[in-house]
Amino acid sequence: MIIAEQKPFEEIAKMTANFDKVLLLGCNECVTVCLAGGEKEVGVLAASLRMLRKQGDRPLITLEETVTRQCEWEYLDQIEKLAEEAECIISMACGVGVQFVAERFPDKWVIPALNTKSAGGSVKHGIWEERCGLCGECILYKTGGVCPVARCSKRILNGPCGGSQNGKCEVKDVDCIWDQIYKRMAALGRMDWLMEIEPEKDWSKARDGGPRKLIREDVMISE
Amino acid sequence: MSENKSRLQTLFEQGEFVVTGEIGPPKSANGEGIRKHAEHLKGYCDATNLTDNQTAIVRLSSIAAGMHVLKAGGEPIIQMTCRDRNRIAIQSDLLGAYSLGMKNMLCLTGDHQSFGNHPTAANVFDVDSIQLIRMVKRMKDEKVFACGEAIKKDEPRFFIGAVANPFADPFEVRVYRMEKKINAGAQFFQTQIIFDLERFERWMELVRERGLHERAYIMAGVMPVKSAKVAAYMQKNVSGMIVPDEMVTRLKNAEDQQAEAVEICVEQIKHIRKIKGVSGVHIMAVGWEEIVPSIAEKAGLLPRPQAAGIARVAG
Repeated sequence: MIIAEQKPFEEIAKMTANFDKVLLLGCNECVTVCLAGGEKEVGVLAASLRMLRKQGDRPLITLEETVTRQCEWEYLDQIEKLAEEAECIISMACGVGVQFVAERFPDKWVIPALNTKSAGGSVKHGIWEERCGLCGECILYKTGGVCPVARCSKRILNGPCGGSQNGKCEVKDVDCIWDQIYKRMAALGRMDWLMEIEPEKDWSKARDGGPRKLIREDVMISE
Repeated sequence: MSENKSRLQTLFEQGEFVVTGEIGPPKSANGEGIRKHAEHLKGYCDATNLTDNQTAIVRLSSIAAGMHVLKAGGEPIIQMTCRDRNRIAIQSDLLGAYSLGMKNMLCLTGDHQSFGNHPTAANVFDVDSIQLIRMVKRMKDEKVFACGEAIKKDEPRFFIGAVANPFADPFEVRVYRMEKKINAGAQFFQTQIIFDLERFERWMELVRERGLHERAYIMAGVMPVKSAKVAAYMQKNVSGMIVPDEMVTRLKNAEDQQAEAVEICVEQIKHIRKIKGVSGVHIMAVGWEEIVPSIAEKAGLLPRPQAAGIARVAG
């Protein structure tokens, strides 16, 4: 899933300072699971903003809604009336949701309430880790199911570099993922695979190749 | 000399115990210090590394620094990391460096930028050190760029170096990765600075078991540590390095810490020289270059041999 965390409250308050009626829009997908932008967080943020503005002389009216997914037009269609009522929309989705909202409601000012962090998962309560580098050409079959693109600080493909010590990366507080790859490959009897020189990666499949678009004509509906 | 080999390679092939030094370029646009250091090392070292923005701190470029060394009559070993350049810039720099008369290239991944003075910089790591080694080798042996396109004439023909760190983990993997570097095209190695001789010897055993010392020249990295304070600092703060407590204590108890530092380094070199499969020593004086001649002398490394067919490096 996409992992996000809420921006500092002061930052959100500052971005909303010039508005009197805002719509806080949550998303029921990834950001609900990572406790950043679901229905509950919408309520808490709305209450916090109202309380802050009550202290000044410019009270804030908040509208609250959480949709199934902000990254799909049909769910945004459902909030058209609500959006019209507000001066601006505070999107509590990932960067994808924020942009879908802005595109769907071109005359509304849109504010992002979250910082989108990575594609990953929760490894235990309260800890979310990056797992996929979205490189566009998966190599996990060569590395025992452990990704050096997302999880090596230098994203090297023939690791570990000389900075690996006691299972730790030279970069602070990071596990050396190549240490884990080697141990896993050794346990699976595949050390010989790691002696193969992994060639230069085709980064054109990754973000380096420009914005990516997936087209599947087989599922397109002709109009 | 149709091969146009470097002095460094020639000396290895003659079977000499080779000595290399290292100069860290300055954080300024002045090459005078580099030329002075290079002149200072002449006759004491056979070639000199020029570091590439080491620890991710902006410095005068390694190739430009190599030019200052050449002008001073020395032989440069250009360090090239993967942190700051993609495959296009790397190959362009390889062509440039060779066109200027540089013949030794040491290929490294490079320290992460979070250690340096621009921790918010983007990193590149388009290729890693092993891919870089292979790139330099293919340019030489197959006369092709990384993309496969032919280099129609005047391909760069570097003597290819790599680094190995016997003190990183997992221990046994270090030797596998060294072998992988040899398979990729590495011809000589310089190791991380050695303080823990016992671990280095165990590592060399593994190296010999796999016959790697017969496939590449291995130079052991040493460093004169100026004071107990510096040693303690390195023990705590430098990753990929093992600094034994005994060394810190020995320096701390010495009346003259600098003399003791030289003594320790000389003892290490003498010990290392006896280890089978070690072809030379790489002295990293890191800001204390003026001490190298005295270490070379006390360790019995003088006079430096001449390379057959190559004019003696001036001085």
